[in-house]
Amino acid sequence: MNVFLDNIGVFRDGVLVTLALAAASTAVALPLGVLLAVMRVSPVEGFRTVGTVYVGIVRNIPLTVVFFFSAFVLPQLGVRFSYFGFAVIALVAYYASFFCEAVRSGINAVPVGQAEAARSIGLPFHECLRFVILPQALRSSIPPMVNVMIALVKNTAVASAFGVTESLGTMELLANRESTAVLSVLIATGLVYLAITIPLGLLTTHIERKVAFSR
Amino acid sequence: MSEARAQEADTPAIVIDKVTKHYGPHRALDDVELSVAKGEVVVIIGPSGSGKSTLCRTINRLETVDSGRILVNGQPLPAEGRELAQLRASVGMVFQSFNLFAHRTVLENVTLGPMRVRGLSAKAARRRALELLERVGVHEHAYKMPAQLSGGQQQRVAIARALAMDPEVMLFDEPTSALDPEMVSDVLDVMRALAEGGMTMVVVTHEMGFARSAADRVVFMDGGRIVEQAEPEAFFAAPKSERARDFLAKVLQH
Ligand SMILES: Nc1ncnc2c1ncn2[C@@H]1O[C@H](COP(=O)(O)OP(=O)(O)OP(=O)(O)O)[C@@H](O)[C@H]1O
Ligand SMILES: [Mg+2]
Repeated sequence: MNVFLDNIGVFRDGVLVTLALAAASTAVALPLGVLLAVMRVSPVEGFRTVGTVYVGIVRNIPLTVVFFFSAFVLPQLGVRFSYFGFAVIALVAYYASFFCEAVRSGINAVPVGQAEAARSIGLPFHECLRFVILPQALRSSIPPMVNVMIALVKNTAVASAFGVTESLGTMELLANRESTAVLSVLIATGLVYLAITIPLGLLTTHIERKVAFSR
Repeated sequence: MSEARAQEADTPAIVIDKVTKHYGPHRALDDVELSVAKGEVVVIIGPSGSGKSTLCRTINRLETVDSGRILVNGQPLPAEGRELAQLRASVGMVFQSFNLFAHRTVLENVTLGPMRVRGLSAKAARRRALELLERVGVHEHAYKMPAQLSGGQQQRVAIARALAMDPEVMLFDEPTSALDPEMVSDVLDVMRALAEGGMTMVVVTHEMGFARSAADRVVFMDGGRIVEQAEPEAFFAAPKSERARDFLAKVLQH
């Protein structure tokens, strides 16, 4: 474990980048996912189509391909960002569709009578969503949304192949430098991801209990 | 009374004019004609699948129709949008399954519409909601969640929620069918009081006692059509159609 202690600063930097990638991507992808879900249940056909097509495409291609688009196609179109910026764009574009589906499953789980009652007291569509449907849907989508977050945290690792030195990038770097202690480096890196994802999973139970209501 | 106001008073609360509706190939409403006067209480009865709920739900456009017209207070139902939302606010609806907003307290269930749709202040909405909850006898539960109430209590909250919008018409789709027998009368009492207070009501129900005592008119439906309609005494004493006689024989047996 000496490798770990000797390089603790390097590990820390990697973890911080992983956390920053995950946090920045979630902060944008989650609201975007909610918006996409709302589009997918909207009475406006155009919105529904855009939402459905977007999610249908993005969810069904590998994340690496999305990264390629972000890292190589966007710059050709004149978009200038750091590697980190392009990684966030790729993660947002990809995970927004997963957050969308998590929220949409929550919306579908709200009994149809709730929307009918909301409409029948005269709430227009957006207020039905805002005051009646989404508050219930978001609560029941907490577990699938946390699953998406966990997947997102793990897949920030793809960014290492695109020039971002996060935890996996750090691992490669150290594994090369400390070739006698590769196993320790690997274990330490695994632990780093577990240290982020396991608390996320535990958080679910806690949040769920806090916002619970019964039918 | 001026002529315009006399005419206003004469305008039926609801006019259903040659309305037909299909679910796929199935004709749920077949050329239905019905007019409900202001202050009138119309009870709709009929066998399962005869189109009672469908008819009730077309009146606030929870279901669209294929052909025909529906007028509320002389105004045709607008298409989906702001205007329809406004109209729905003045047509109260009470569902078989209560449909209270599960994540909001009883009080919040009643104040949501008045605050968002009628623009009442939180304070005014609250005062009015507590009044209504008291009127239907559930004010001591104002701060509970719907799931903590019995079915009968929930249904009375649902009635208060609809009344909070100051509706001109109230629609009830089998409001007591999901209730334990001992809770039914609490809800029917509230409805009877409403009817006596002059509310225009359309009530789908299997409670023949309520139909007898509270209805101004009984409408019997079968196969998506209105088969006959009459004042309750006349209808229950001597239904004209064979189908109504069969139906009554079945429901009155037990
Ligand atoms: N959403 C729907 N999709 C397809 N068919 C439907 C739908 N809603 C109702 N129907 C059909 O339309 C017919 C009329 O239904 P409706 O619910 O109006 O009957 P009802 O008189 O209210 O019956 P009940 O006493 O059982 O409530 C039935 O045959 C029913 O199966
Ligand atoms: Mg019905």
